[in-house]
Amino acid sequence: MLGRLNLEAFQHDMLQTGGVVTLLVIGLGAVGALTYFKKWRWLWTNWLTTLDPKKIGVMYLLVATGMLLRGVMDAAMLRGQQALSSGANQGFLDSSHFQQIFSAHGTIMIFFVAMGFMFGLINLILPLQIGARDVAFPFLNSVGFWLFTAGMLLINASLIVGEFAAAGWLSYPPLSGLEYSPGVGVDYWIWSLQIAGVGSLLAGINFIVTILKMRAPGMTLMKMPIFAWSVLDAMILVAFAFPILTVTLTLLALDRLIGTHFFTSSFGGNPMMYINLIWAWGHPEVYILILPAFGVFSEVVATMSKKRLFGYKSMVYALGAITLLSFLVWLHHFLTMGAGANVNAFFGIMTAIIAVPTGVKVFNWLLTMYRGRIHLHSPMLWFLGFVVTFTIGGAAGVLMSVPAIDFQVHNSLFLVAHFHTMIIGGVLFGYFAGFTYWFPKIFGFKLHEGLGKCAFWLWFSGFILAFVPLYILGLMGATRRLDHYDASMGWQGLFIVAGIGVVLILAGIGFQVLQLIVSIGMRKWNRDISGDPWDGRTLEWSVPSPAPVYNFAIQPTVDDRDPFWATKQAANKPTKPKYTDIEVPRNTGLGIIIGGFAFLVGFGFIWHIWWLAILGILGVITTVIIRTTDEHPEYTITAKEVARIEAEAKSRYA
Amino acid sequence: MTRNKRIFGVRANYLKIWGPIVAASLLALAAWLYLRHHSVDVLNPSGEIASKQYRLIVFATLLSLVVIVPVFIMTFVIVRNYRVHGDGKTRKNRHYDPDWDHNRKLEAVWWGMPTILIIILSAVIIQSSYALDPFKPLASNGKEPLKVQVVALQWKWLFIYPEQNIATVNYLQIPTDTAINFDITADAPMNSFWIPKLGGQIYAMSGMATQLHLQADKPGDFYGSSANLSGNGFAGMRFLTRAVPQDDFDNWVQNVQHDRSSLNQTAYEKLAKPSKNVEPQFYTVPDKSLFSTIIMKYMPPGQEGTMHTSHGEIEGSL
Repeated sequence: MLGRLNLEAFQHDMLQTGGVVTLLVIGLGAVGALTYFKKWRWLWTNWLTTLDPKKIGVMYLLVATGMLLRGVMDAAMLRGQQALSSGANQGFLDSSHFQQIFSAHGTIMIFFVAMGFMFGLINLILPLQIGARDVAFPFLNSVGFWLFTAGMLLINASLIVGEFAAAGWLSYPPLSGLEYSPGVGVDYWIWSLQIAGVGSLLAGINFIVTILKMRAPGMTLMKMPIFAWSVLDAMILVAFAFPILTVTLTLLALDRLIGTHFFTSSFGGNPMMYINLIWAWGHPEVYILILPAFGVFSEVVATMSKKRLFGYKSMVYALGAITLLSFLVWLHHFLTMGAGANVNAFFGIMTAIIAVPTGVKVFNWLLTMYRGRIHLHSPMLWFLGFVVTFTIGGAAGVLMSVPAIDFQVHNSLFLVAHFHTMIIGGVLFGYFAGFTYWFPKIFGFKLHEGLGKCAFWLWFSGFILAFVPLYILGLMGATRRLDHYDASMGWQGLFIVAGIGVVLILAGIGFQVLQLIVSIGMRKWNRDISGDPWDGRTLEWSVPSPAPVYNFAIQPTVDDRDPFWATKQAANKPTKPKYTDIEVPRNTGLGIIIGGFAFLVGFGFIWHIWWLAILGILGVITTVIIRTTDEHPEYTITAKEVARIEAEAKSRYA
Repeated sequence: MTRNKRIFGVRANYLKIWGPIVAASLLALAAWLYLRHHSVDVLNPSGEIASKQYRLIVFATLLSLVVIVPVFIMTFVIVRNYRVHGDGKTRKNRHYDPDWDHNRKLEAVWWGMPTILIIILSAVIIQSSYALDPFKPLASNGKEPLKVQVVALQWKWLFIYPEQNIATVNYLQIPTDTAINFDITADAPMNSFWIPKLGGQIYAMSGMATQLHLQADKPGDFYGSSANLSGNGFAGMRFLTRAVPQDDFDNWVQNVQHDRSSLNQTAYEKLAKPSKNVEPQFYTVPDKSLFSTIIMKYMPPGQEGTMHTSHGEIEGSL
């Protein structure tokens, strides 16, 4: 009846119990608060059932923030363990727990933090930026979000029920196969990624169509804001790469569920095939994360320098080049597999070539600032921090593109330092910049600048202290994922410095949380009454903050790359607007219900509770069928109502 | 913002510029002092391959500095000159050109310059990929290479010396100035065999043999480990590599050949069971085919006898 699930699954040691208690306190606290303040109905009608991409975007950001806190606590435990466990001292984590933590850290940070921030910002800003009132498929968007959330819940459920994978964030077989990992950990990994991955694919398709079909009249592709270009390229990558992930995970799941031999080491299975497939998805994945961050920086630099983006066409071609190349470099993640000089040289060169378009982008950003008027607001600080870290990390990447060098640093902490430089310095700094930059548009008030700057400096110095020692440790021969090392290696000092770096980063996150709380408290004074707090250039700044549900009362037309800037420069007298009726999608609870069923599917497969998995699958199919029978998924906001909402926003300006 | 604020009697502007420079210099000094007393294996090679890899690292680093240095200088200068201060003005009232958004020549420079650098690097990549291919035997200098068969187990390394009929666990002794031909496999999840002082790593995978060719140029004790996660006891998969002159090596071999327990099939199966943090062990090996037996364990029925590497089948037997 309950498959493999029994009471043992709920037994934990002290530290894990701490995690469980934290999760339960947060969960029960939220439930209690909602009940006490009688907010359930509000939550359901305003948030959980919404199809408004702006609200879905906020929910993505909430999930990503929560997961960032979890992922960073994992990181702190890893760093703490490695700072202590030298020689006779075994630290405070045993190896299996340590290995579960780094596997969870990587998985959570990539899938639920970076992807969450990315889809959050895209949902919030992309339709506004291209002058669209909505996304192409609002319901698909909601399903995508709820599948993402179901995956997130599954990975956190592993903390309470059972265990998590201890095979690394990409779970290479044969280690992740049944023979060496018989427990439920790898199954949690498979099914939470499988479900979240399908969600990402749906979201990707939605945004490709949105960008291609819903741009404002006059906005040709080459007049599109560069953020929209970066999203288009990233979403094309999503559409091509995520099916590979889905198939790979399915094959691994079949190996584990019904005893096939796709990736086993005996009976003709081929683990090397898995490693190829997972990186054929995995490498595009890192570009999926970073391209929109490049887009954010392009917007931030142009706005904060009060100047047009330099080399727009170069930027578009560079993005395109990176998009293409990202599918031609997957093998550089395992040059040490011994594929031979021909193969290694090809992939090495392809990897090195990526440095060209990336370098072009950096120079274009610098020239955007040149002859501009640079305002060093906090989004700009994140950008400058990014230039420094990304250049160093990029150089390390070029180094590793030489196969013979890669042999000496692969799988070492040098590699770990490299990709954290790219993902923290590139992706995370990018989304922090974007979050600060677009926050007023989303919530209607600005974030506290001083606290934001403190957060940046703590993050930046913490980052240097945490990762420069790792580069050195890698060159000293320290490999990744060690829960213990000999005292004679002389690594401990550097591990302690890295630990101090993490403390600074934690402080930085503390300041970000404080910034959020203080800004919310001061929102009456911070209010963005203009709708255009940074003197912006693109369409999202032309509507009131927070943006109304229909985005644009009057459909904008575009004839410039920086349409709003051009309008402001022309300073035409505003004509009296003529409002029309606007159709927007009606709320529906079917998205969250599909997410719920998907969670059951995953949980059923993980614990071999077959009836539950089948119930979940039938539930998803039924819900989709119910949705297709809905003849009236939209409702109309009348011209009169639009006029009222707009007038109210105007009255706030005064 | 007042531009002449003083902190501890020093003008704030100076602090802003010199503060980070001083901090960075102090950090660099601390790092230098630390590293003087610790071995940075990759940068202090003791073998031919590692030395060549080290030279490549230096070359690629210098090459990337050609881009890094201008980027850092440009960033600093541009921000310094075009930053708007509290009074709404930039330093020395620089030119403001809000619509200047492209320049063919400049853009050609930064498409062109990195392209040239990458072409140079590509030539190096091709040349070094062949020259330092781990499967490529080293020039023997008239000296017969030493064969060592490496088996990654859960969680220790087994080294078989087929010509000496001995085997060791978590301890590798080699003669200096002699090419070592490693054949590497696993009877465990995938591992990576790495001795940083001698040269780069290669994966150890079950059911096939990979190869690595290394050579120690001077005597010494080197750290070796598994670089790829292979399960619970992975952190303990480290071994000492001791390079000694040929005579000492021969003595050591003779020493091991005497009075050691035999690594027959039963003893091997016992050894192969998962165990953590294993101390060095020494065996004699009665059966020359132990290594290929370990590989054949993973062959699908009907394919026994074909030896695979990760890049295809190889002729003959190992």
